[in-house]
Amino acid sequence: MINAVGSPQSLLLLGGTSEIGLAIAENYASQAGSGSLAVTLAARPSERLDAAAERLRAAGATVRTLAFDARDLDSHPKVVAEAFADGDVDVTVLAFGLLGDAEQAWQEHAAGVELAQVNFTAPVSLGIALAERLRAQGHGSVIALSSVAGERVRRSNFVYGATKAGFDGFFLGLGEALRPEGINVTVVRPGFVRTKMTEGMKAAPMATTPEKVAEIAVAAVRHRRELVWAPGQWRLVMSVLRHIPRPIFRKLPI
Amino acid sequence: MEPGQYETRALTGWGRTAPTVATVATPTDPDQVIAAVAAAGPRGVIARGLGRSYGDPAQNAGGLVLDMTRLNRIHSIDAHTGLVVLDAGVSLDQLMRAALPFGLWVPVLPGTRQVTIGGAIGSDIHGKNHHSAGSFGNHVRSLELLTADGQVRSLTPDGPESELFWATVGGMGLTGVIIQATVALQHTESAYFISDTDRTADLDETLAVFTDGSDDTYDYSMAWFDSINTDGRLGRAVFSRGSLAKLDELPKKYRGNPLRFDAPQLLTLPDVFPNGLANKLTFRLLGEAWYRKAPKKSRGQVMNLTAFYHPLDMFGEWNRAYGSNGFLQYQFILPFDAEAALRSIVRQMAESGHVSFLNVLKRMGEGNQAALSFPRPGWTITVDFPIKAGLLEFCTRLDEQVLAAGGRLYLAKESRTDPDTFRRMYPRLDEWRKVRQSVDPDGLFTSDQSRRLGL
Repeated sequence: MINAVGSPQSLLLLGGTSEIGLAIAENYASQAGSGSLAVTLAARPSERLDAAAERLRAAGATVRTLAFDARDLDSHPKVVAEAFADGDVDVTVLAFGLLGDAEQAWQEHAAGVELAQVNFTAPVSLGIALAERLRAQGHGSVIALSSVAGERVRRSNFVYGATKAGFDGFFLGLGEALRPEGINVTVVRPGFVRTKMTEGMKAAPMATTPEKVAEIAVAAVRHRRELVWAPGQWRLVMSVLRHIPRPIFRKLPI
Repeated sequence: MEPGQYETRALTGWGRTAPTVATVATPTDPDQVIAAVAAAGPRGVIARGLGRSYGDPAQNAGGLVLDMTRLNRIHSIDAHTGLVVLDAGVSLDQLMRAALPFGLWVPVLPGTRQVTIGGAIGSDIHGKNHHSAGSFGNHVRSLELLTADGQVRSLTPDGPESELFWATVGGMGLTGVIIQATVALQHTESAYFISDTDRTADLDETLAVFTDGSDDTYDYSMAWFDSINTDGRLGRAVFSRGSLAKLDELPKKYRGNPLRFDAPQLLTLPDVFPNGLANKLTFRLLGEAWYRKAPKKSRGQVMNLTAFYHPLDMFGEWNRAYGSNGFLQYQFILPFDAEAALRSIVRQMAESGHVSFLNVLKRMGEGNQAALSFPRPGWTITVDFPIKAGLLEFCTRLDEQVLAAGGRLYLAKESRTDPDTFRRMYPRLDEWRKVRQSVDPDGLFTSDQSRRLGL
């Protein structure tokens, strides 16, 4: 159960090696007084997953791992069922995703489809399975890690941007659908985050860290907010960018 | 909602934190209670009264919650013996209005009268007269409990199933649904208090007044104290102590109608207060006004119930003043020998940046035999903190000190501790669990709090 000050007792991280996801779990785990946070890390078994589990144990959490492949859509209901087998899940974080090669993604069939499946179809598949469980338990929060890239899709990475736009819309809508049932969905739109996903890329303006994004996400869940930007200034920037006429937008170096 | 209907809605406690959604049924007779419990799904069921517990004990996410407030008949009042037979959903306010004309007084009153009989037993509530009258369970002569097997059992404090009786007292509704109870009321000649007020200058003087022997000469006693000023004024207090007036103690103008139910309400607060209004500045001003409005010393003042006992009832729905973030109430008890810890905790509260205006200090008397009952001899402190960043960490530090000093938290107020801390605070928890398991092996009766604390 989530207590009076908004601290959960259990957390499911879909994308168990995601740096932002782990930072969120670590943030919750380090909050004193909620006892030991029970974390389920769902990801493909790997050394990185084991390392992630160790990292959270060091932060005081009780950790179990669950084999999960975003590409295997048919397995999702079973994965979600297993995650809920030990009892209620207070917070679920959807943190997996691919950035891909932007040019390859719209020119090579397999690359584009994979991006769409992992970033959009799989989250929808999981979201539906999750919703059923959360409605049954009558409480819970979902953190859906979206991206500023979905707010206005740019030529430079439009396949990725399109998947995130779809993801974003689905979870905002799911939040509305689940609101009367006592479930809170928070969509988090980070800008450029320094992680392995963006390694080697030139840091964009307002670049942030997984820990900062985690802080923002945790605070948003505490206040049951539907949508936050990380950092918050992105909201202003994107609301300007969103309204720039296409002929001008095309010429912007973004 | 129409009686007998089901409705799905979000519930919180009085602190307005951690909402969860449940199916709420509103039974109007015992048969409907039995039918609803029999039809409860895998998420179980919990009874709810008037929702005055601060945290989540009367919520059941995804399950069934029985709103007991329509099961509210008073079956009989015996003016001679003082015994009253009544349904679990009767409120103390309703009982008081019905019993006063017979010269009968509700023997244990908490800080509000908006509490049901079922809730009063389930939380084993106490009042300002705990040192003279004990807690609510002490005054229950029998109760009818619907258990998980569908049976309604008659329980008494010393009968064949007395273990289950005492597991139900303070058991937060987790042994079953209380349907009906017989409660022993107290005879009184009037509904007015003869009250003495004393103001102290600091915490030393406050504790001295409590321990100079004077406290035992009053049936009712408590002190409001200053927890904001960190200088010498820390712990200064306004004592409000008194006893029910006898007829010959009342001034003439009250004697015509000494049993009048005199409990005025000024207004109900609208739900418009922003978060953050409850802050250090406003609380410092309020506290100063509260302290100064009290006379330094007054004796033998005649006071009505609201003025003496329930000043907060002047403002209906006062929890709204804390804004949508809500607040939590931190109430703990420390044994008498832990005065050093008490002083240290009061100081930490003042220095923490978490501010509380409603601070109550009370000397408690003997506890009863219920395993989860809160009161025991010692000091109890109650403070209200608005929810803000860092509160969890602060309360966790307080928990550790309360535990180390041999103290504990009150389940009716608790909303954020962890299972291990709670278990260490209540060493008889396993004994209670055994009784509960014997009547509810599958945990049919369950609440958000019982899930959270692993009760």
